Amino acid sequence: MAGPDYPGLDTLALHAGAQPDPSTGARATPIYQSASFCFPDSDYAASLFNIERAGHVYSRLSNPTNAVLEERIAALEGGVGAIATASGQAALHLAIITLMGASSHIVASAALYGGSHNLLAYTLPRFGIETTFVDPRDPQAFANAIQDNTRLVFGETLGNPSLDVLNIPAIAEVAHAAGLPLMVDSTTTTPYLIKPFELGADIIQHSATKFLSGHGIVIGGLLVDSSQFEWEASGKFPTLSEPYEGFHNLIFTEEFGPAAMIQRARKEGLRDFGACMAPTSAFHILQGIETLSVRMSRHVENTRTITAFLLEQEPVTRVGYPELDGHPDQALAKELLPNGCGAVFSFDLAGGREAGIAFVDALSVFSHLANIGDAKSLVIHPASTTHHRMDAEALAAGGIGEGTIRLSIGLEDPKDLIADLKRGLRAAGKKAGGSR
Amino acid sequence: MRIAVNGETAYCYTNSRDIETDKPTVVFIHGSGMDHTVWTLASRHFARHGNNVVSVDLPGHGRSTGSPLATVEEMASWVIAMLDALAITDAALVGHSLGSLIALECAASHSDRVRAIALVGTSSPMPVSDAILDAAEADDHAAFDMLTQWGFSKRHQFGGNRNSGIWMIGNTLRLYERSAPGVLFHDMRACNEYTSGTDQAAKIACPAMLILGAEDRLTPVRSTRALQEAIPSPVVEILPGAGHTIMVEAPNAMLDALHKVL
Repeated sequence: MAGPDYPGLDTLALHAGAQPDPSTGARATPIYQSASFCFPDSDYAASLFNIERAGHVYSRLSNPTNAVLEERIAALEGGVGAIATASGQAALHLAIITLMGASSHIVASAALYGGSHNLLAYTLPRFGIETTFVDPRDPQAFANAIQDNTRLVFGETLGNPSLDVLNIPAIAEVAHAAGLPLMVDSTTTTPYLIKPFELGADIIQHSATKFLSGHGIVIGGLLVDSSQFEWEASGKFPTLSEPYEGFHNLIFTEEFGPAAMIQRARKEGLRDFGACMAPTSAFHILQGIETLSVRMSRHVENTRTITAFLLEQEPVTRVGYPELDGHPDQALAKELLPNGCGAVFSFDLAGGREAGIAFVDALSVFSHLANIGDAKSLVIHPASTTHHRMDAEALAAGGIGEGTIRLSIGLEDPKDLIADLKRGLRAAGKKAGGSR
Repeated sequence: MRIAVNGETAYCYTNSRDIETDKPTVVFIHGSGMDHTVWTLASRHFARHGNNVVSVDLPGHGRSTGSPLATVEEMASWVIAMLDALAITDAALVGHSLGSLIALECAASHSDRVRAIALVGTSSPMPVSDAILDAAEADDHAAFDMLTQWGFSKRHQFGGNRNSGIWMIGNTLRLYERSAPGVLFHDMRACNEYTSGTDQAAKIACPAMLILGAEDRLTPVRSTRALQEAIPSPVVEILPGAGHTIMVEAPNAMLDALHKVL
């Protein structure tokens, strides 16, 4: 028997979480640029502080503009709730500190965004949280790395930089068999390309700076909880299932049921670490999400055009996009990402570091900068920028060559992007000793 | 708090406090397929205001063991048995949907144990459509979908939760999904078959309040006329913008309304 249909992705992207402003009738979500919110009387104030009423106290904890964004991303992902954070990094940190403390352990994909890798590999160990990095293509490696004190399994839907497609169903099965949640970073895919909760993931992290906002104008992160993970049954998460002295011995699983994890993250992590999102940032991200599917489909369409072009170019020795022949995850990509594998990919140029630098310097439509997911096309040469401290051997270990170029394909007319790339390839070819 | 009631383990949320017999008690009773967490905000509020709060998980729901009970009358007897187990002589009862029928039945059949009732998202009779009953009997997810969507007002189909960060549709759907197989059907059938509500309502001697959602599609305001006429001098509060899921859609207005009888 079929029940009533829920609103579709495009409709939710425009409407979820929002109502016309009750005081003014404004149709767009207003920017509530206010640090604090007045209490009508002392009892009302006490009731807000004691989680008896819905409302806002202080914008580090919650804000009306942020609340719309939080409900919208939770609706788009099919989750139960979300928290907007100052950045994607803050969202990752918030999830970790909500679920564990010192003497804990994480099993993570080795193919992570550099910022995430830094947090897990270098910073968190100072606070007693260790991470074992494993091959994202090997679910058994995740299983083998799980220890008694492991509290989280983590990976990116599309790994950095080789676009390893995370086998979410298989890795979720491994995590759940060990009584652990799987968190995925879905920054490059967004809910338009993949719905990780439907595949078995339990928590999603976004850098909303990228495709969700989509215009390179804002820094923000989002943490979304599916509520499907059974925290009490696992027995490994006392922050959720045992009394919390920091809030009058509140037991989050008892009082909030499905929303236990996201409520603890707000009542403790957001409160104490303070990495909240600015309301104006939430407004910008909401504007971006309104056109998510329109933009993402064009991003993917342009990416397919550009990758097809690059495959035919002589100085190009490799194009790493999971839809293409030769990518080790082509079959998995067809299964998990039928609408496309995003708009960020890398390719290798003959001629090494010098060719890569020449290529980047010759471009004029592509912007040379350290970001992805802008409406404008972006380029970076990792060996001379983000990974400049690494020698050739270290780069190779990370799946990066001296001639590797990373592109984030934007929404420009693809003929203009191809013309720009041709200029870059000519410059690279000269450095490589080619004749084109 | 877990206690023994009728040979099973019954769970009730008490705001982590012991029951103090010299305090007034407010009992919160959830609706079909739900559990005590729908009352968390209200429970915390009335606990801070000097009440014992007892937010129950009906048998077979949430953390309470046993099979779901078949009739509203059995559920009402169970609530009284729970009061006995807690050594509570009388209490105000707040019920939502199915829980409102239980509160009504308690007030009518055990008037010495009930000092006030608040019926939230209520009607009597409370007929359930064949589509929902059939789907619930088959443990078909469509039953959850129908109740979730029709349980919210049209304006809240897209959310707009004043409780930050919670996708109100998703949280309600997940509560249904967490219910054990068969539980929702037992509950919906009990609602459907409780046809003596208006007769029982006439027996109510304690203060009674109806809190209704102006845009309720499951128990529309117009379907409460018989109940309003049967209850002696009811206080009726109609909350604008709210559908059937009043604790989520209008939590603050509901709290303010409850203070009129509690």
